[in-house]
Amino acid sequence: MESRILILLLRKVLVVLIASGYSNLGAAQETTANGQAPVIEPGLERREIRIPQIDTEDFEVGFFAGVMSIEDFGVSTVIGGRLAYHITEDFFVEMTAGQSDAEETSFERLSGAAQLLTDDQRSLSYYNVSFGYNLFPGEVYLGADRALNMAIYLIGGVGNTTFAGDDRFTLNMGVGVRMIPRDWFAVHADFRDHIFDLDLLGQEKTVHNLEAHIGMTFFF
Amino acid sequence: MVEDPFIELHTGPGRAYPVFYVVERQERVTLVSRRTDWFKVRAPRGQEGWVSLEQLQQTFQLTGEPVEVPSFSLADYADRRWEIGALYGDFDGANVISTYGAYSFTENLSGELWFSDVLGRFSNSRMVNINIVHSLFPERRVTPYFTLGAGVINTETKGTVVATEDRTDNIVHVGVGVRTYLTRRFVFRAEYKSYVVITSRDNNEEPSEWKAGFSFFF
Repeated sequence: MESRILILLLRKVLVVLIASGYSNLGAAQETTANGQAPVIEPGLERREIRIPQIDTEDFEVGFFAGVMSIEDFGVSTVIGGRLAYHITEDFFVEMTAGQSDAEETSFERLSGAAQLLTDDQRSLSYYNVSFGYNLFPGEVYLGADRALNMAIYLIGGVGNTTFAGDDRFTLNMGVGVRMIPRDWFAVHADFRDHIFDLDLLGQEKTVHNLEAHIGMTFFF
Repeated sequence: MVEDPFIELHTGPGRAYPVFYVVERQERVTLVSRRTDWFKVRAPRGQEGWVSLEQLQQTFQLTGEPVEVPSFSLADYADRRWEIGALYGDFDGANVISTYGAYSFTENLSGELWFSDVLGRFSNSRMVNINIVHSLFPERRVTPYFTLGAGVINTETKGTVVATEDRTDNIVHVGVGVRTYLTRRFVFRAEYKSYVVITSRDNNEEPSEWKAGFSFFF
Protein backbone atom coordinates (compact mmCIF):
# COMPACT_ATOMS: atom_id res chain seq x y z
CA MET A 1 0.00 0.00 0.00
CA GLU A 2 2.69 2.43 1.02
CA SER A 3 4.75 1.64 -2.10
CA ARG A 4 1.71 2.38 -4.37
CA ILE A 5 1.23 5.79 -2.79
CA LEU A 6 4.94 6.43 -3.33
CA ILE A 7 4.66 5.50 -7.00
CA LEU A 8 1.65 7.78 -7.48
CA LEU A 9 3.58 10.64 -5.91
CA LEU A 10 6.61 9.97 -8.10
CA ARG A 11 4.38 9.98 -11.20
CA LYS A 12 2.96 13.32 -10.27
CA VAL A 13 6.45 14.71 -9.75
CA LEU A 14 7.45 13.35 -13.17
CA VAL A 15 4.44 14.97 -14.89
CA VAL A 16 5.19 18.33 -13.28
CA LEU A 17 8.86 18.09 -14.27
CA ILE A 18 8.06 17.27 -17.90
CA ALA A 19 5.46 20.02 -18.13
CA SER A 20 7.87 22.60 -16.78
CA GLY A 21 10.58 21.34 -19.16
CA TYR A 22 8.31 21.87 -22.13
CA SER A 23 7.36 25.31 -21.06
CA ASN A 24 11.07 26.21 -20.71
CA LEU A 25 11.67 24.93 -24.22
CA GLY A 26 8.79 27.08 -25.51
CA ALA A 27 10.29 30.14 -23.93
CA ALA A 28 13.68 29.40 -25.43
CA GLN A 29 12.16 29.11 -28.92
CA GLU A 30 10.49 32.47 -28.53
CA THR A 31 13.72 34.25 -27.65
CA THR A 32 15.48 32.89 -30.74
CA ALA A 33 12.62 34.20 -32.86
CA ASN A 34 12.99 37.62 -31.27
CA GLY A 35 16.76 37.58 -31.48
CA GLN A 36 16.72 37.45 -35.28
CA ALA A 37 17.66 40.66 -37.02
CA PRO A 38 14.57 42.44 -38.43
CA VAL A 39 14.19 42.30 -42.19
CA ILE A 40 13.78 46.07 -42.47
CA GLU A 41 15.83 48.38 -40.28
CA PRO A 42 14.02 51.69 -39.83
CA GLY A 43 16.47 54.43 -40.78
CA LEU A 44 14.45 56.90 -38.78
CA GLU A 45 16.00 58.34 -35.69
CA ARG A 46 13.30 59.11 -33.24
CA ARG A 47 13.57 62.48 -31.65
CA GLU A 48 12.02 62.94 -28.29
CA ILE A 49 10.67 66.33 -27.42
CA ARG A 50 11.61 67.42 -23.95
CA ILE A 51 9.60 70.49 -23.26
CA PRO A 52 11.75 71.70 -20.35
CA GLN A 53 14.51 72.27 -22.90
CA ILE A 54 12.32 74.74 -24.74
CA ASP A 55 13.42 78.25 -24.01
CA THR A 56 10.99 79.94 -21.64
CA GLU A 57 10.87 83.70 -21.96
CA ASP A 58 8.83 84.83 -18.97
CA PHE A 59 11.26 87.52 -17.78
CA GLU A 60 11.56 91.01 -19.14
CA VAL A 61 14.49 93.29 -18.33
CA GLY A 62 15.19 96.82 -19.49
CA PHE A 63 15.87 100.46 -18.76
CA PHE A 64 13.99 103.70 -19.13
CA ALA A 65 14.41 107.47 -19.18
CA GLY A 66 11.89 110.23 -18.72
CA VAL A 67 10.80 113.14 -16.61
CA MET A 68 9.65 113.26 -13.02
CA SER A 69 7.88 116.10 -11.31
CA ILE A 70 9.14 116.25 -7.72
CA GLU A 71 6.55 118.22 -5.81
CA ASP A 72 7.84 121.71 -4.88
CA PHE A 73 11.20 120.88 -6.46
CA GLY A 74 10.55 121.29 -10.17
CA VAL A 75 10.75 118.74 -12.94
CA SER A 76 13.89 116.65 -13.53
CA THR A 77 15.02 113.85 -15.72
CA VAL A 78 14.72 110.35 -14.29
CA ILE A 79 16.50 107.20 -15.38
CA GLY A 80 16.02 103.67 -14.15
CA GLY A 81 15.69 99.99 -14.79
CA ARG A 82 12.93 97.41 -14.63
CA LEU A 83 12.69 93.67 -14.22
CA ALA A 84 9.38 91.92 -14.78
CA TYR A 85 8.15 88.35 -14.53
CA HIS A 86 5.07 87.35 -16.50
CA ILE A 87 2.99 84.96 -14.42
CA THR A 88 0.21 84.45 -16.94
CA GLU A 89 -0.71 86.23 -20.12
CA ASP A 90 -2.73 88.63 -17.96
CA PHE A 91 -0.68 89.23 -14.81
CA PHE A 92 2.91 90.21 -14.14
CA VAL A 93 5.07 91.42 -11.28
CA GLU A 94 7.60 94.15 -11.80
CA MET A 95 10.49 95.63 -9.85
CA THR A 96 11.56 99.13 -10.81
CA ALA A 97 14.36 101.34 -9.55
CA GLY A 98 14.92 104.93 -10.57
CA GLN A 99 17.11 107.90 -9.87
CA SER A 100 16.53 111.65 -10.26
CA ASP A 101 17.86 114.94 -8.89
CA ALA A 102 15.57 117.61 -7.47
CA GLU A 103 15.78 121.17 -8.74
CA GLU A 104 15.48 124.22 -6.52
CA THR A 105 12.13 125.31 -5.13
CA SER A 106 10.74 128.66 -6.22
CA PHE A 107 11.45 129.95 -2.73
CA GLU A 108 15.11 129.02 -2.99
CA ARG A 109 15.39 130.74 -6.34
CA LEU A 110 13.73 133.95 -5.23
CA SER A 111 15.57 134.24 -1.94
CA GLY A 112 18.91 133.71 -3.64
CA ALA A 113 21.05 132.24 -0.89
CA ALA A 114 18.72 130.19 1.30
CA GLN A 115 19.00 126.47 0.58
CA LEU A 116 16.53 123.94 1.94
CA LEU A 117 18.56 120.89 1.00
CA THR A 118 22.21 120.03 0.51
CA ASP A 119 23.29 118.62 -2.84
CA ASP A 120 23.32 115.10 -1.43
CA GLN A 121 19.79 115.46 -0.12
CA ARG A 122 18.58 116.65 -3.51
CA SER A 123 19.16 113.29 -5.08
CA LEU A 124 16.02 111.18 -5.22
CA SER A 125 16.09 107.44 -5.72
CA TYR A 126 13.31 104.93 -5.48
CA TYR A 127 12.54 101.27 -5.85
CA ASN A 128 9.21 99.51 -5.92
CA VAL A 129 7.59 96.13 -6.32
CA SER A 130 4.36 96.22 -8.27
CA PHE A 131 1.63 94.04 -9.62
CA GLY A 132 0.49 94.59 -13.17
CA TYR A 133 -2.55 93.59 -15.19
CA ASN A 134 -2.65 93.64 -18.98
CA LEU A 135 -5.96 95.41 -19.39
CA PHE A 136 -6.13 95.88 -23.18
CA PRO A 137 -3.90 93.51 -25.11
CA GLY A 138 -4.23 93.58 -28.89
CA GLU A 139 -2.84 95.03 -32.07
CA VAL A 140 -2.32 98.57 -33.28
CA TYR A 141 -1.81 99.51 -36.88
CA LEU A 142 0.95 101.66 -38.28
CA GLY A 143 -0.18 102.81 -41.69
CA ALA A 144 -1.87 100.37 -44.02
CA ASP A 145 0.24 97.24 -43.76
CA ARG A 146 2.03 97.13 -40.44
CA ALA A 147 0.54 95.77 -37.25
CA LEU A 148 2.20 95.82 -33.84
CA ASN A 149 1.34 93.75 -30.81
CA MET A 150 0.72 95.87 -27.77
CA ALA A 151 -0.88 95.91 -24.34
CA ILE A 152 -2.14 98.67 -22.10
CA TYR A 153 -1.55 97.69 -18.50
CA LEU A 154 -2.52 98.91 -15.06
CA ILE A 155 0.15 98.72 -12.41
CA GLY A 156 0.45 99.48 -8.70
CA GLY A 157 2.61 98.58 -5.75
CA VAL A 158 4.71 99.57 -2.79
CA GLY A 159 8.27 100.72 -2.41
CA ASN A 160 10.69 103.16 -0.92
CA THR A 161 11.76 106.64 -1.94
CA THR A 162 15.02 108.09 -0.61
CA PHE A 163 14.73 111.86 -0.74
CA ALA A 164 15.93 114.75 1.42
CA GLY A 165 18.19 112.38 3.30
CA ASP A 166 15.51 109.95 4.47
CA ASP A 167 13.68 106.86 3.31
CA ARG A 168 9.96 107.22 2.77
CA PHE A 169 7.41 104.50 2.26
CA THR A 170 5.90 105.05 -1.16
CA LEU A 171 2.81 103.83 -2.97
CA ASN A 172 2.87 103.88 -6.72
CA MET A 173 0.19 103.44 -9.31
CA GLY A 174 -0.04 104.08 -12.98
CA VAL A 175 -0.77 102.97 -16.47
CA GLY A 176 1.56 101.93 -19.23
CA VAL A 177 1.71 100.90 -22.85
CA ARG A 178 3.87 98.02 -24.00
CA MET A 179 4.54 97.89 -27.75
CA ILE A 180 6.03 94.60 -28.93
CA PRO A 181 7.64 94.97 -32.37
CA ARG A 182 9.55 91.71 -31.99
CA ASP A 183 8.77 88.74 -29.77
CA TRP A 184 11.94 89.40 -27.77
CA PHE A 185 11.79 93.19 -27.63
CA ALA A 186 9.30 95.74 -26.29
CA VAL A 187 9.02 99.51 -26.00
CA HIS A 188 7.28 100.92 -22.94
CA ALA A 189 5.62 104.25 -22.29
CA ASP A 190 4.73 104.50 -18.63
CA PHE A 191 2.93 107.05 -16.45
CA ARG A 192 3.33 106.62 -12.74
CA ASP A 193 2.30 108.47 -9.60
CA HIS A 194 4.59 108.05 -6.57
CA ILE A 195 2.77 108.95 -3.37
CA PHE A 196 4.49 109.48 -0.01
CA ASP A 197 4.40 111.67 3.09
CA LEU A 198 6.98 114.43 3.38
CA ASP A 199 7.44 116.73 6.37
CA LEU A 200 10.23 118.78 4.93
CA LEU A 201 8.48 122.13 4.85
CA GLY A 202 7.38 122.20 8.50
CA GLN A 203 4.22 120.15 8.43
CA GLU A 204 3.64 116.72 7.03
CA LYS A 205 1.85 116.48 3.74
CA THR A 206 1.22 113.83 1.12
CA VAL A 207 3.12 114.51 -2.05
CA HIS A 208 2.47 113.16 -5.53
CA ASN A 209 5.48 112.81 -7.77
CA LEU A 210 4.32 112.22 -11.30
CA GLU A 211 6.61 110.43 -13.66
CA ALA A 212 6.45 109.76 -17.38
CA HIS A 213 9.07 107.65 -19.07
CA ILE A 214 9.89 105.69 -22.19
CA GLY A 215 11.87 102.50 -21.99
CA MET A 216 13.08 99.42 -23.77
CA THR A 217 12.86 95.88 -22.49
CA PHE A 218 14.08 92.50 -23.64
CA PHE A 219 12.44 89.17 -22.96
CA PHE A 220 14.54 86.27 -21.83
CA MET B 1 2.24 66.32 -35.67
CA VAL B 2 -1.11 68.00 -35.45
CA GLU B 3 -4.01 65.74 -34.49
CA ASP B 4 -6.73 68.32 -34.04
CA PRO B 5 -8.46 69.33 -37.27
CA PHE B 6 -6.20 72.37 -37.11
CA ILE B 7 -4.27 74.56 -34.66
CA GLU B 8 -4.33 78.31 -34.69
CA LEU B 9 -1.24 80.49 -34.81
CA HIS B 10 -1.66 83.83 -33.05
CA THR B 11 0.56 86.84 -33.73
CA GLY B 12 1.38 87.14 -30.02
CA PRO B 13 1.37 85.12 -26.81
CA GLY B 14 -2.18 85.85 -25.73
CA ARG B 15 -5.78 85.18 -26.71
CA ALA B 16 -6.24 88.84 -27.66
CA TYR B 17 -3.73 88.67 -30.48
CA PRO B 18 -5.36 87.70 -33.77
CA VAL B 19 -5.04 84.34 -35.50
CA PHE B 20 -3.11 84.78 -38.74
CA TYR B 21 -2.44 81.21 -39.83
CA VAL B 22 -3.67 77.70 -39.24
CA VAL B 23 -1.69 74.48 -39.35
CA GLU B 24 -3.75 71.58 -40.65
CA ARG B 25 -4.07 68.06 -39.36
CA GLN B 26 -1.08 65.78 -40.09
CA GLU B 27 1.28 68.70 -40.60
CA ARG B 28 4.30 69.11 -38.37
CA VAL B 29 5.28 72.09 -36.28
CA THR B 30 8.57 72.87 -34.53
CA LEU B 31 8.57 74.32 -31.04
CA VAL B 32 10.69 77.44 -30.68
CA SER B 33 10.05 79.06 -27.32
CA ARG B 34 7.55 79.50 -24.56
CA ARG B 35 6.04 82.47 -22.71
CA THR B 36 3.61 81.82 -19.86
CA ASP B 37 1.19 79.21 -21.31
CA TRP B 38 1.84 80.08 -24.96
CA PHE B 39 4.26 78.36 -27.30
CA LYS B 40 5.97 79.83 -30.31
CA VAL B 41 5.96 77.29 -33.16
CA ARG B 42 7.28 77.21 -36.69
CA ALA B 43 4.89 75.91 -39.33
CA PRO B 44 6.05 73.78 -42.31
CA ARG B 45 6.16 76.80 -44.60
CA GLY B 46 8.17 78.92 -42.19
CA GLN B 47 5.44 80.95 -40.51
CA GLU B 48 6.06 81.53 -36.82
CA GLY B 49 3.21 82.08 -34.42
CA TRP B 50 1.97 81.42 -30.92
CA VAL B 51 -0.13 78.42 -29.93
CA SER B 52 -1.95 78.01 -26.64
CA LEU B 53 -1.06 75.23 -24.24
CA GLU B 54 -4.51 73.64 -24.68
CA GLN B 55 -4.03 73.27 -28.43
CA LEU B 56 -0.46 72.11 -28.14
CA GLN B 57 -1.58 69.27 -25.89
CA GLN B 58 -3.63 67.98 -28.85
CA THR B 59 -0.48 67.41 -30.92
CA PHE B 60 1.67 64.29 -31.04
CA GLN B 61 5.36 63.63 -31.22
CA LEU B 62 6.76 61.67 -34.17
CA THR B 63 6.86 58.63 -31.91
CA GLY B 64 3.10 58.87 -31.61
CA GLU B 65 3.16 59.89 -27.98
CA PRO B 66 1.25 62.98 -26.97
CA VAL B 67 3.34 66.06 -26.26
CA GLU B 68 3.71 66.33 -22.55
CA VAL B 69 3.88 69.85 -21.37
CA PRO B 70 5.23 70.16 -17.88
CA SER B 71 2.96 72.58 -16.18
CA PHE B 72 4.25 73.10 -12.69
CA SER B 73 2.23 71.17 -10.22
CA LEU B 74 1.86 70.61 -6.55
CA ALA B 75 4.48 67.85 -6.77
CA ASP B 76 7.07 70.26 -8.19
CA TYR B 77 6.16 72.68 -5.45
CA ALA B 78 6.88 70.05 -2.79
CA ASP B 79 10.21 69.28 -4.49
CA ARG B 80 11.31 72.89 -4.84
CA ARG B 81 14.87 73.83 -3.98
CA TRP B 82 15.07 77.61 -4.35
CA GLU B 83 12.50 80.26 -3.75
CA ILE B 84 12.48 84.05 -3.83
CA GLY B 85 9.72 86.41 -2.83
CA ALA B 86 8.58 89.80 -1.60
CA LEU B 87 6.19 90.60 1.24
CA TYR B 88 4.61 93.76 2.54
CA GLY B 89 3.05 94.47 5.90
CA ASP B 90 3.18 96.16 9.25
CA PHE B 91 6.12 96.24 11.66
CA ASP B 92 5.00 97.73 14.96
CA GLY B 93 2.97 100.43 13.23
CA ALA B 94 5.46 101.10 10.44
CA ASN B 95 5.39 99.86 6.86
CA VAL B 96 7.68 96.98 6.10
CA ILE B 97 8.84 95.77 2.69
CA SER B 98 10.74 92.49 2.73
CA THR B 99 12.47 90.39 0.14
CA TYR B 100 13.85 86.94 0.82
CA GLY B 101 15.55 83.96 -0.68
CA ALA B 102 15.04 80.43 0.60
CA TYR B 103 16.69 77.06 0.15
CA SER B 104 14.93 73.81 1.06
CA PHE B 105 17.05 71.25 2.88
CA THR B 106 14.24 68.73 3.10
CA GLU B 107 10.54 68.85 2.25
CA ASN B 108 9.77 70.21 5.69
CA LEU B 109 12.82 72.24 6.52
CA SER B 110 14.20 75.28 4.76
CA GLY B 111 16.55 78.15 5.47
CA GLU B 112 15.78 81.75 4.57
CA LEU B 113 17.66 85.02 4.24
CA TRP B 114 15.58 88.19 4.60
CA PHE B 115 16.21 91.84 3.81
CA SER B 116 13.62 94.24 5.19
CA ASP B 117 13.05 97.97 4.94
CA VAL B 118 10.98 99.30 7.82
CA LEU B 119 9.64 102.73 6.94
CA GLY B 120 8.02 104.55 9.84
CA ARG B 121 6.86 108.04 10.68
CA PHE B 122 9.79 108.92 12.89
CA SER B 123 12.45 106.38 12.06
CA ASN B 124 13.53 103.95 9.41
CA SER B 125 15.21 100.60 9.90
CA ARG B 126 17.00 98.07 7.81
CA MET B 127 16.90 94.47 8.94
CA VAL B 128 18.80 91.40 7.85
CA ASN B 129 17.63 88.06 9.25
CA ILE B 130 18.37 84.42 8.75
CA ASN B 131 15.89 81.85 9.92
CA ILE B 132 14.83 78.26 9.62
CA VAL B 133 11.31 77.33 8.62
CA HIS B 134 9.46 74.14 9.43
CA SER B 135 6.43 73.39 7.22
CA LEU B 136 3.90 71.04 8.73
CA PHE B 137 2.31 69.57 5.57
CA PRO B 138 4.71 70.35 2.70
CA GLU B 139 2.84 68.13 0.23
CA ARG B 140 -0.46 69.95 0.69
CA ARG B 141 -1.62 73.03 -1.15
CA VAL B 142 -2.04 74.97 2.08
CA THR B 143 0.38 74.47 4.91
CA PRO B 144 1.11 76.26 8.15
CA TYR B 145 4.72 76.76 9.18
CA PHE B 146 6.83 77.83 12.12
CA THR B 147 9.98 79.86 11.98
CA LEU B 148 12.86 80.82 14.24
CA GLY B 149 15.70 83.18 13.44
CA ALA B 150 18.10 85.96 14.27
CA GLY B 151 19.63 89.00 12.65
CA VAL B 152 20.62 92.63 13.00
CA ILE B 153 18.57 95.81 12.81
CA ASN B 154 19.90 99.24 12.02
CA THR B 155 17.62 102.10 13.01
CA GLU B 156 18.01 105.75 12.12
CA THR B 157 15.67 108.48 13.22
CA LYS B 158 14.37 110.84 10.57
CA GLY B 159 16.24 114.10 10.09
CA THR B 160 13.45 116.44 11.06
CA VAL B 161 12.85 114.82 14.44
CA VAL B 162 15.15 115.73 17.34
CA ALA B 163 18.39 113.97 16.54
CA THR B 164 19.13 110.75 18.38
CA GLU B 165 21.90 108.34 17.60
CA ASP B 166 21.59 105.79 14.86
CA ARG B 167 21.99 102.37 16.35
CA THR B 168 22.55 98.78 15.35
CA ASP B 169 21.15 96.00 17.52
CA ASN B 170 20.87 92.26 17.42
CA ILE B 171 17.43 90.83 16.95
CA VAL B 172 15.83 87.41 17.40
CA HIS B 173 12.39 86.30 16.34
CA VAL B 174 9.83 83.52 16.29
CA GLY B 175 6.99 83.37 13.84
CA VAL B 176 4.05 81.46 12.48
CA GLY B 177 2.59 81.63 9.01
CA VAL B 178 0.69 79.96 6.25
CA ARG B 179 1.62 79.38 2.64
CA THR B 180 -0.60 78.45 -0.30
CA TYR B 181 0.47 77.12 -3.65
CA LEU B 182 -1.35 79.19 -6.29
CA THR B 183 -0.39 78.29 -9.84
CA ARG B 184 2.68 77.43 -11.91
CA ARG B 185 5.66 78.71 -9.90
CA PHE B 186 3.64 80.98 -7.65
CA VAL B 187 3.06 80.84 -3.91
CA PHE B 188 1.14 83.15 -1.59
CA ARG B 189 2.34 83.45 1.99
CA ALA B 190 1.31 85.39 5.06
CA GLU B 191 3.04 85.38 8.42
CA TYR B 192 3.25 86.85 11.88
CA LYS B 193 6.59 87.30 13.61
CA SER B 194 7.41 88.40 17.12
CA TYR B 195 10.82 90.05 17.50
CA VAL B 196 13.02 90.87 20.45
CA VAL B 197 15.50 93.67 19.80
CA ILE B 198 18.40 93.19 22.20
CA THR B 199 19.31 96.78 22.96
CA SER B 200 22.14 98.14 25.07
CA ARG B 201 19.58 100.17 27.03
CA ASP B 202 17.63 99.06 30.10
CA ASN B 203 14.73 97.52 28.23
CA ASN B 204 14.59 95.33 25.19
CA GLU B 205 12.08 96.23 22.52
CA GLU B 206 9.53 93.66 21.45
CA PRO B 207 8.04 94.67 18.12
CA SER B 208 5.65 92.39 16.28
CA GLU B 209 5.19 92.12 12.57
CA TRP B 210 2.65 90.68 10.17
CA LYS B 211 2.96 90.67 6.44
CA ALA B 212 1.78 88.97 3.27
CA GLY B 213 3.12 88.57 -0.22
CA PHE B 214 4.10 86.34 -3.08
CA SER B 215 7.04 84.17 -3.94
CA PHE B 216 8.07 81.97 -6.77
CA PHE B 217 10.14 78.85 -6.73
CA PHE B 218 12.50 77.13 -9.13
